[in-house]
Amino acid sequence: MPTIYIDNKPFDVKAGKNLLEACLSLGIDLPYFCWHPAMGSVGACRQCAIKVYKDEEDTRGRLVMSCMEGVKDGMRISVNDETAKAFRSQVVAWLMTNHPHDCPVCDEGGCCHLQDMTVMSGHNYRNYHFKKRTYPNQYLGPLINHEMNRCIQCYRCVRFYHDYAGGKDLNVFAAHNHVYFGREKDGVLESPFSGNLVEVCPTGVFTDKTLKEHYTRKWDLTNAPSVCQHCSLGCNTIAGERYGQLRNVVNRYNHEVNGYFLCDKGRFGYEFVNSENRITQPLIRNQPIEAAGHTTVLQHIRTLLTGHALIGIGSPRASLESNYALMELVGKENFYQGVPDDLVYVEQKIVDILQSGCIHTPSLKEIEQADAVLVLGEDIWNTAPVMALAVRQSVMKTAATHTTEQLPIPTWHDAAIKELVQEDKGFLANVTMLPSPLDEIASATMKSAPDDMARLGFAIAHILNPSLPEVRNAGEELLASAATISKALQAAKHPVIIAGTSCWNNALIRAAFDIAAALDMHEKKAGLAFVMQDCNSMGLAMTRASSFDRAVAHIQRATNSVTAIILENDLYRCIPAAKADAFFSKCKHIVVLDTLHNRTTEKAHVLLPAATFAEADGTFVNNEARAQRASQVFMPANSEIRESFKWLSDLKVLINTTSNGHEKYIEDLLIALENRFPQFAGVSRVAPPHDFRIHGARIPRESHRYSGRTAMLANLNVSEPKPLQDDDSSLSYTMEGYRGLPPSPLIPFFWAPGWNSGQSVTKYQEEAGGALKGGDPGIRLFEQTTTPPVFSKDIPDAFTARAGKWMLLPQYHLFGSGELSVYTKGIASQCPEPYVSLSRRDAEQAQLKNGDTVSVKTDGKTYAFPLTINESLPDGIMLVPAGLTGMEALSWGAWVNLSTVIV
Amino acid sequence: MISHLRTMWLVFRHLFQKKVTVQYPEEKVPLYPRWRGRIVLTKDPDGGERCVGCYLCAAACPVDCIALQATENEEGRRYPEFFRINFSRCIFCGYCEEACPTYAIQLIPDFEMAEYKRQDLVYEKEDLLINSEGKYPGYNFYNVAGLDAGVKEKGKGKDEETPVDIKSLLP
Repeated sequence: MPTIYIDNKPFDVKAGKNLLEACLSLGIDLPYFCWHPAMGSVGACRQCAIKVYKDEEDTRGRLVMSCMEGVKDGMRISVNDETAKAFRSQVVAWLMTNHPHDCPVCDEGGCCHLQDMTVMSGHNYRNYHFKKRTYPNQYLGPLINHEMNRCIQCYRCVRFYHDYAGGKDLNVFAAHNHVYFGREKDGVLESPFSGNLVEVCPTGVFTDKTLKEHYTRKWDLTNAPSVCQHCSLGCNTIAGERYGQLRNVVNRYNHEVNGYFLCDKGRFGYEFVNSENRITQPLIRNQPIEAAGHTTVLQHIRTLLTGHALIGIGSPRASLESNYALMELVGKENFYQGVPDDLVYVEQKIVDILQSGCIHTPSLKEIEQADAVLVLGEDIWNTAPVMALAVRQSVMKTAATHTTEQLPIPTWHDAAIKELVQEDKGFLANVTMLPSPLDEIASATMKSAPDDMARLGFAIAHILNPSLPEVRNAGEELLASAATISKALQAAKHPVIIAGTSCWNNALIRAAFDIAAALDMHEKKAGLAFVMQDCNSMGLAMTRASSFDRAVAHIQRATNSVTAIILENDLYRCIPAAKADAFFSKCKHIVVLDTLHNRTTEKAHVLLPAATFAEADGTFVNNEARAQRASQVFMPANSEIRESFKWLSDLKVLINTTSNGHEKYIEDLLIALENRFPQFAGVSRVAPPHDFRIHGARIPRESHRYSGRTAMLANLNVSEPKPLQDDDSSLSYTMEGYRGLPPSPLIPFFWAPGWNSGQSVTKYQEEAGGALKGGDPGIRLFEQTTTPPVFSKDIPDAFTARAGKWMLLPQYHLFGSGELSVYTKGIASQCPEPYVSLSRRDAEQAQLKNGDTVSVKTDGKTYAFPLTINESLPDGIMLVPAGLTGMEALSWGAWVNLSTVIV
Repeated sequence: MISHLRTMWLVFRHLFQKKVTVQYPEEKVPLYPRWRGRIVLTKDPDGGERCVGCYLCAAACPVDCIALQATENEEGRRYPEFFRINFSRCIFCGYCEEACPTYAIQLIPDFEMAEYKRQDLVYEKEDLLINSEGKYPGYNFYNVAGLDAGVKEKGKGKDEETPVDIKSLLP
């Protein structure tokens, strides 16, 4: 470990880092703009100047940019040197010459890196007395606001959007002191990662338009650590509340999971919490006054629970606690997943693989570090966007690593590496049904039907491990692809295979496993990552409860009258309507707990208002079986809205008075879950228990400069109410409490003295860009063991189109397929309209053209959609977008006819 | 004994001096223009609200008695949706006025705010807003801020160049 002398004091620093990283890791405040831990150094802003001395004798030294100078043993530098300080102050003065006087109306104010750095550099008074440059703004869509006057030309936006995330439509234009960061012309930003510009931009050029609708400064938010609810990756977020409304969601750094970035669905898809469609009152239907109070509704439910058989339907978007509480209430054998049989079958296979311990499941960080990636059948751009971003980094970084191995260039030297690497890329094979933006960085792509993709997988596995069965009747194209891909995977040290549930195909999962396991036998550290559908799909699948279809079978056998309790699950979104209707018609009583009104809640005889993720504590298990805690951000003003597990515990007390007083806290529920299901071992340690205190103090959700305490509610009553008491966690609803570093699962927001913006995360990290102090939050429930793999022998036949019949498959859309995210207006406006997609040949054979209305007959119902011809879709497949608002679930994987054609 | 006599003499002498007691409320006390009394929200020369809802007064307030919510009109001009001061908590320190970047919030020479009910000391925006520019006539924040919020176009403000033609590569 090299020792460097900073202002004549020796410090041990990590080799291979630059001086800026070293200083920041040591906790020394050094201003910077263009450097970003995830994107490296380019030395553009000249803000991080320090003095470097030749040796001990040298008194003059020379100014260098600390981000462009590597750490050397025995090096002597000075951060506090007067010349260096004057230089930094002058640089920020230059950057400020054109910066407008609009901090009061700038959404970045109060969490602005430029404000922080200006104060840190000591530039207080303006000496430039000439006119300021101005720029026209652009319309960048409903999610991002553009105010170009504020730009300081650090190039971070383009380096993120264009270089890091691969977006094409944002770039730098014009020349000299007129450079302009924007689009060629007004229009919606195309990249699904555009929201990160808000955090990447050190000033207020790009700001969050959804926050603007109900603007609140960072210091006024009540924040809590949360977990994104919109896909299975479980990205860590910080959600902020003010005046009883969820105001924004920002990234919460987790080195192993999302790092510095979120996708737009996760960042902006929070507005369902504030929706007018929320269920706010317990309802007892079919009586003169349906709205009921807490006690009335519980008394009514008592009559429904006693003397009836109970069936519980769980939910992949409800927390583990709520699902387990329902299971405890109805009994394990009466608890069903609320997910169709076909999907449960696929998910069960994934859980089997992960639980067997044969193979390592990489975190997103490990995917970024992979040197060859095979995506087998999963459209990760739409179903797991941050994973697609990680795959992109692996492709770009492999080439960079290769270069740095050849030449003595440090990995942080972004500009130099880009020059050398040019178009060189790592290996990515993107095997999907439809083209994806990832294809342009892929070395190999293949577009085919799910079964054919699985066959390709088995062919690769056969090449890697010849003892596995050969794929019969394989075409030459398939074998050639298999040969290229297997060669690249064999050459790699850390190959990663990605598969998922979006094709509803079990063979794909098995094929992906066979490849990964075969690679592992070659003594490689191969990883196998799966993508699931919802934020807690993995947690629910790990309970190994039966599918919804079994619940239907159960209810048809039942001799007693049945009371069904449905937990936070709109069954009509994933179960074909006929089947769901059949289930409901057999239920004597239906109790539904949910957050928003939907078709399932319409069926409820008793409806209980459940808390959303922002109003509840809950544990969610992500795609790599990492259990993570989302803490309550705010208590709903309406006390009728309660966490589902609290409602369910109350119901349990109704029928079983002995349980009174047990499992009061979340950790009690989780310990009971661990005892019942050993596969969840460790889940109770995800976050500190509710009585955790640091020096007797809780961790405040509010910043030390939270304002308006004595006026916020003064219009209702001039006497301030008692601060809210949080009995479920060690976070408090006040400004008072422990102000030091909290344990990483309980970081409510990132802030450090002098660092008001999100860049303060460096102060929470072991080293700049490294793990959070005390370890990253979340506990992985499955780890690799030495269990030998069991390969599959069953290879599907090649997919063949049938005459007059099509295989119905879902197409997932980042904006549109989410149940909750579409409540954000800006996301809803970017959702596609329903359509049906056929290949060109199929459409021509049926004599159809683009835009024709076609009717699809499935599950005993006929649906009419406009036709879109998809050039790259394999013949014999019909794609319909999944989960659009107002669309019913179809039987994915079934063969359907186009019964009639309406011209 | 001498001390007692001296005191009595001094008291007697005061009988002939000018009285300092002011016969309030019949007689008003003289208040200076910078006296820190009742808080008001002032208006721009163009009659628009000066407050841009930046939350700095609320943050500066040591007793946290200011609460507001910013919102925007169609032209992008910020204004407070509600603005509430709980005068039963206010200590008239004037930090809010000092923090205000737009001269919107001002303390004026008026202290006659007593109420029988504490609840009546909660002032909403309607109670605070006055139809005057207060101590700083002529100032309009949007004339000197860079952005276009319907007050002036980009480049038309004080010390602003005309907007850059981004299609031009001329030096």
